[in-house]
Amino acid sequence: MRPSAFGVVLWAAACVALAFLLIPIVAILSELTLGELRDGLTSDVARDALRVTAETNLVAMALILLFGTPTAYLLASRSFRGRTLLVTLVELPLVLPPAVAGIGLLAAFGRLGLLGGTLESLGVDIAFTKVAVILAVTFVASPFYVRTAIAAFEAVDPDLVAASRTLGAGPARTFGRVALPLASGGLGAGAALAFARGLGEFGATIMFAGSLQGVTQTLSLAVYQEFDVDFDTALAIGALLVLGSALVLFAAKVIPSWRRSASTSITVSAPSASR
Amino acid sequence: METLGVDLDHGLRSFRLSLALDVGAETVALMGPSGAGKTSVLRSIAGLLRPDSGRVALGDDTWLDTPRRIEVPPERRRVGLVFQEYALFPHMTVRANVAFGGRERVDELLERFGIAALADARPATISGGERQRVALARALARDPGVLLLDEPLSALDAHTRSRVRQELRELLLDLGLPTLIVTHDFEDAAALADRVGVIVDGNLLQVGAPSELVAAPADTFVAGFTGANLLRGVARAAPNGLTEVALDAGFTAYSVEAATGSVALAVYPWEVSVARDAPDDSAVNHVRAPIASLVTLGNRVRVQIGPVTAEVTAQSCERLGLREGEVVVASFKATGARLLAGGVSSAR
Repeated sequence: MRPSAFGVVLWAAACVALAFLLIPIVAILSELTLGELRDGLTSDVARDALRVTAETNLVAMALILLFGTPTAYLLASRSFRGRTLLVTLVELPLVLPPAVAGIGLLAAFGRLGLLGGTLESLGVDIAFTKVAVILAVTFVASPFYVRTAIAAFEAVDPDLVAASRTLGAGPARTFGRVALPLASGGLGAGAALAFARGLGEFGATIMFAGSLQGVTQTLSLAVYQEFDVDFDTALAIGALLVLGSALVLFAAKVIPSWRRSASTSITVSAPSASR
Repeated sequence: METLGVDLDHGLRSFRLSLALDVGAETVALMGPSGAGKTSVLRSIAGLLRPDSGRVALGDDTWLDTPRRIEVPPERRRVGLVFQEYALFPHMTVRANVAFGGRERVDELLERFGIAALADARPATISGGERQRVALARALARDPGVLLLDEPLSALDAHTRSRVRQELRELLLDLGLPTLIVTHDFEDAAALADRVGVIVDGNLLQVGAPSELVAAPADTFVAGFTGANLLRGVARAAPNGLTEVALDAGFTAYSVEAATGSVALAVYPWEVSVARDAPDDSAVNHVRAPIASLVTLGNRVRVQIGPVTAEVTAQSCERLGLREGEVVVASFKATGARLLAGGVSSAR
């Protein structure tokens, strides 16, 4: 079949857009030989950065899931005055420049900050420690999870929640046995998105936690530092981040559909939801 | 058996829901157009909706009493609610769905509803009729004191519907629980319920036995909403190619539709004509009885003749000089007599 002129235009525009996105990624991956990649990734800088990134991001993800899930459920299942304002607050880090997030965290938790005195009297010093990295990542990545989680909880058929209650399950059991399993696909996708965002966190971290090798220097910070010192190491770490982020993002797309076919949750609740 | 007492007042979008109703060990159907507030009544009883003011109690067990600030949460009300689309948990098997209501009687209920073979199936993979049985089994697993059914037959196709209607009626008779059914279909209401309440814009216009509603509707709206006379009887094939129905009321009627066993014969009041003597016309069904009641609705009159109600114009009524107690003949054609297969057993 002969493609229409409109089809040609669509494909041409898409090719330009995709090429623009693809070329830098190809450049990172093709500028290195396998040997250089291995040397770059086994350097002390890269290994320390990988360890710091893994530690801080895992703790940050745990915090996001632990506090973000109940928050999302509350915002999705209750309607109250000021709800929109709270949702806006939860989503604010999405549009906030990371540098602003960093300075905000410093102004709150830094030694001279709002809570600095209180924390100091407790013998806690947060700025420029691993805890600072965790807070920066949590602050910046959480809306990616909470936003998706709100949507996932809102998509659960309210009749299923009501049915659970009339069958003798209290609100907590209803959450655990009905809402949480039915939203799990969306929650998994949101978690993957937040994780991908957290891996690449740069601006807030460098302002609030600094870039101390082995302590607060994450992979993204190491790329920035090494591109002055050893360009090949910076490229090697860059390549690792590209692959890692791509994998997580791909997982975020696959998880919900895999969950759907396993549980048929979304296909079944659709007709009653559209009633 | 405890009585369910309901007294509600609640502002809905464009009218107030204001209703008081007592339901003993019987089935009451709430019937009305969509948006009349029927489902809000069920949700208020189950505790899923908090009315502006009201009282809901099962016997001495008060679930809602707004003046006394009593509001028992849904999980502590002994209610079995079957949702319109059944609301089965899609991520659980049939067995897990039933067990969600209560673990003790799962096997017994799976057996009783003929769904034991489906125990490990997911709701998405079973038919509409099967889903309804799972939903009923799940609601009963809780051992409820009240059964609430929201449009129990509307999600089913016409073929499944008549079979499920019969199953449901037998089940409700067997359970003997105070039962409230919401429906917009008079035939379903008449087939399943002892009493039918017509609800419009949040108000109960009339509550009564199905035949009462047909014979003496409170107003033209109820008259329009109640459909056919439903006459219970036993059907068998007649030699003339028609189906002969021995009506419980003592008459015999014929229908062109095929059926055997327990049936309900349905005929609309406006398809029944009234004469002083059996007319020599194409109608084969004649009921000779005294006029039990005459109810005028504008330019029409509902005439109850034995078990059958006819609707005639006020003009005809006057011309024939119909009076209560006079013996007349009600006639209707075999083609106007529909048979609801098994829809109504003679148990009542």
